Amino acid sequence: MASQPAKQTLAGNASQSQRTSQPGLRYPSNGKTIYHRPLNRSRTQELSQASFAYLFGEMVSYAQKRVTGIQDLEKRLNVQGHPIGLKLLDLLLYREPPRTQTRPLNIIALLQFITTILWRHLFSRPADALEKSSNPDTPDEYMISDNDPLVNQYISVPKEMNQLNCAAFVAGIVEGVCDGAGFPARVTAHSVGKGEEGELWPGKTVFLLKFQQEVVEREAFLPKS
Amino acid sequence: MSYYFAIIGTQDNPLFEYEFGTSKQGGDGIARFPEQARHMNQFIVHSSLDIVEEVQWGGGQMYLKCIDRFYNNYVSCFITGGNVKFFLLHAPSQPAVANTTRASTSIAANPTSPQTEEAIKQFFAEVYENWVKTIMNPFYQVNMEVKSPVFRGRVAAAGKKYL
Repeated sequence: MASQPAKQTLAGNASQSQRTSQPGLRYPSNGKTIYHRPLNRSRTQELSQASFAYLFGEMVSYAQKRVTGIQDLEKRLNVQGHPIGLKLLDLLLYREPPRTQTRPLNIIALLQFITTILWRHLFSRPADALEKSSNPDTPDEYMISDNDPLVNQYISVPKEMNQLNCAAFVAGIVEGVCDGAGFPARVTAHSVGKGEEGELWPGKTVFLLKFQQEVVEREAFLPKS
Repeated sequence: MSYYFAIIGTQDNPLFEYEFGTSKQGGDGIARFPEQARHMNQFIVHSSLDIVEEVQWGGGQMYLKCIDRFYNNYVSCFITGGNVKFFLLHAPSQPAVANTTRASTSIAANPTSPQTEEAIKQFFAEVYENWVKTIMNPFYQVNMEVKSPVFRGRVAAAGKKYL
């Protein structure tokens, strides 16, 4: 006689699919959970720059109150951007049309994904340049340059902290995408605009992606497609 | 006839498990694994993790078809962008009547036919959509267990619809 096997759920408490037996779970008043929201709804939506700038300014000052150095401040912004990168990776891959829905397999494919699809999603334009380091000591470094990062537009950096670049937040997002795709990396943001008179892009920022050793080894090992 | 679905995270940790049976052709949707073999499902899925990691760098597609077979159990896999793997273990049950010569073409009985692969692909696509919604939750960190009963209900509905 076949008896219904008890579902061995990991949560421990078997879900009865009745709201009353879940003391900790609450549903919103209109009954719509996050699973009811469509994923493509925000594809063409835009957020007001003012509200983002307000929030980002608050994030920077929140971090600034708690740290003592520039490195720590950039690290905090990086850590805040990292989970966003992980979520964006799957979301953007989901939204791709099925023919091109492939996971990036090598560094170049990953970088192209970042500079076109990710950048277009975040800033409505692709990144300005993608370069590989020509230094023979560091063959695993790549640089993405952005002439005018959106996040820095309303952040004014005092002269004594001019090594700080708040695009460390965007560097955190990029690092999240790389880590999620299986290419662990460290991404940092460096300002290369010197702020001189007559310079075309004073806020130009370069994101340096340094991939870890195992990624480089795997790249060399896999056959070139 | 019986399916065991598992989601495995990036550290080879299980995030979600679900057993169900086929709802097509008169099936009642209840899994019928033999009691002494039920715990083997986890081991079989775990052993196919190595194969997935080998195959995933060969091609960029997300749906890897049937990647492994262990006696009567077939394992199919789908890998997401974030290296989270969905496994479906498919155990066709033994034919109840031994003297029938007409082979069944149902999905449940033929694990490697193209219709089955197509049905499993659609099942995975639906679970992937719900999975992306799960990870978009700002309170969900990577490799956290998925405890939401709504997610479980959605996976169950997808299983009923396609398998």
